[in-house]
Amino acid sequence: MRTRWIEIMVGFFMVLGILALLGLALNVSGLKLSDRHGDYTVHARFENIGGLTSRAKVTLSGVQIGQVKSIKIDTQRLVALVSLDIYSEIDYLSIDSSAKILTAGLLGEQYIGISVGFEDDNLKDGDYIDDTQSALVLEDLIGKFLFNKVSN
Amino acid sequence: MLNQFALLGRSVLDRLAGIGRSGGVVWQSLVAKPAPFVMFPLLLKQIYFIGVLSLVIIIVSGLFIGMVLGLQGYTILVDYGSEQAVGQMVALSLVRELAPVVTALLFAGRAGSALTAEIGLMKATEQLSSLEMIGVDPLRRIVAPRLWAGFISMPILAIIFAMVGIWGGALVSVEWLGIFEGSFWSNMQNSVSFTGDVLNGVIKAVVFGIVVTWIAVFQGYDCVPTSEGISQATTRTVVYSSLAVLALDFILTALMFGDL
Amino acid sequence: MSVNNSPESIIDISALSFSRGTRQIFRHVDMKIPRGKITAIMGPSGTGKTTLLKLIGGQLRPDGGHIEIDGLDVHGISRQQLFTLRERMGMLFQSGALFTDMSVYENVAFPIKVHTKLPDDMVRDIVLLKLQAVGLRGARDLMPSELSGGMARRVALARAIALDPDIVMYDEPFTGQDPIAKGVLVKLIRQINEALGHTSIIVSHDIQETMSIADNIFLLSDGEVIASGSPQELLSNQTEQVKQFMQGLPDGPVPFHFSDDDVLEDLYFTEER
Repeated sequence: MRTRWIEIMVGFFMVLGILALLGLALNVSGLKLSDRHGDYTVHARFENIGGLTSRAKVTLSGVQIGQVKSIKIDTQRLVALVSLDIYSEIDYLSIDSSAKILTAGLLGEQYIGISVGFEDDNLKDGDYIDDTQSALVLEDLIGKFLFNKVSN
Repeated sequence: MLNQFALLGRSVLDRLAGIGRSGGVVWQSLVAKPAPFVMFPLLLKQIYFIGVLSLVIIIVSGLFIGMVLGLQGYTILVDYGSEQAVGQMVALSLVRELAPVVTALLFAGRAGSALTAEIGLMKATEQLSSLEMIGVDPLRRIVAPRLWAGFISMPILAIIFAMVGIWGGALVSVEWLGIFEGSFWSNMQNSVSFTGDVLNGVIKAVVFGIVVTWIAVFQGYDCVPTSEGISQATTRTVVYSSLAVLALDFILTALMFGDL
Repeated sequence: MSVNNSPESIIDISALSFSRGTRQIFRHVDMKIPRGKITAIMGPSGTGKTTLLKLIGGQLRPDGGHIEIDGLDVHGISRQQLFTLRERMGMLFQSGALFTDMSVYENVAFPIKVHTKLPDDMVRDIVLLKLQAVGLRGARDLMPSELSGGMARRVALARAIALDPDIVMYDEPFTGQDPIAKGVLVKLIRQINEALGHTSIIVSHDIQETMSIADNIFLLSDGEVIASGSPQELLSNQTEQVKQFMQGLPDGPVPFHFSDDDVLEDLYFTEER
């Protein structure tokens, strides 16, 4: 009787632990089990990435369509080379799409916004986005502003 | 003056010898050939005493800590107009730090001290000697199931702690403070990574579980078998394991999140 | 189980030395414990009688000398062999040392279940017989915390003889027992020894009870055997130390006072110091 109670309670404990782990995985970290497969990667070069980090969001009209996979230096052109993982179901980004580094709110984290162009061909795995716009760096902006003031 | 040095050296040597002995105890109990049919019921019983009976204190503390985090996070973040980020703050601090560390500290106080006292009392009442004379290795019969039970229970408790805490944080910020539920959860999901944060937190919990159980079991096994000796051993368990957990937490955090 | 045919002694202790910290407990002790008899090891408190039992059981390691049981060196064999050897020994601990999380029945059944693969009903028969032998068959479902001190010791005795060992060691079996319980234990030890024909070793300082059952007595003091022989021989021994212990005199070679200072000096002249 007592042994049985112990067995039941230990089983309950284990189930509770597994449920909590599932909760952490799905609810808290937003782990999606299936759609990691079939993502495709496109690359984009930026003059300045500002505070962009890997795992930052990639959005289309504000909707997340992927995330930043890695950030490296393109050793030939000496600019930042950013690889983007795009969800496989987003297969309608035209080849002349543009990528901008945007900031969520005034102090929020930086992410990449994609705007679609007009060509019929779509981006495929390994393609490059040519039309890019670098991050707005606050110091540069202030510098420009002051310079304009002075020259005026 | 020289005597002082001698004393210092002596105490360092004693400590080192103690660490060596405790390693020996763990080694012998875990490496000794396993007897699953005998082991399994004993293991279940120990998981019950160590894990299941610690559930209540873990759930209650987790809930309150999560609620406090929600409240504090809100009052700070609302000044910057980014109170939506409270979910992210609660989840990250719980998953990365508070769940493993606070669970380990509570575990040391609740289960560790009980382990030490139980094994110490068995030693004092000659039950360990008696087992040996019956021809049963007390390391296998008494120590091994408790070690395994501690190793298994502690990470599970930490995971439950984290989940309950996040739920408590959601309760406060969504239900009481009126943060929009969708942004609470989506902010959290965008910033918490499963491999980077959740798994690292679980790894921490596993390490702490091993260390706390090890200390507790060894202190019981090695204590002076008198009532005074047992009480000192119990105190040592709580003090040593708390210090070990906090120090290890710094090292692990530096390795995992510190970009070293 | 191999039973050595040497009729003389089952345990042979030679040149045994042991010390705890700086305190020397045994100095080159030699002892032969005869087979099938009841041997008592006696001596004042703190002479290491219990330590001797732990040395025989292989729980402690001597600094020098050997203990051989049927020709096997207790401290020279592997851990595995030692555990096999211990199946042939039963030990009754001073506190009883019953496993507090098991009932009386389970306590007695424990060694049988660990060392044999007998079916459950056979284990049950053996346990009930052993409990019957100590008169506690009716108490099988009680927990150790529900037993009186005397009963706990009897259960522990039933557990110690559960595997029909060749050697049974009793650590202070009479200490702290009321006269009735003492009488019961004396009778039990005698009876069981005769019925099972094993060797018994009793460590005790209860002279009356021990004298009444022992065939052979070793008297230990200050790490040495100071006298040995049958109870009658010891009683007629005229050595001061032996006389003091056997007759329970308060003062003698073991002084009543802890230090030798003159009491008058201590009382009157301390202020001048």
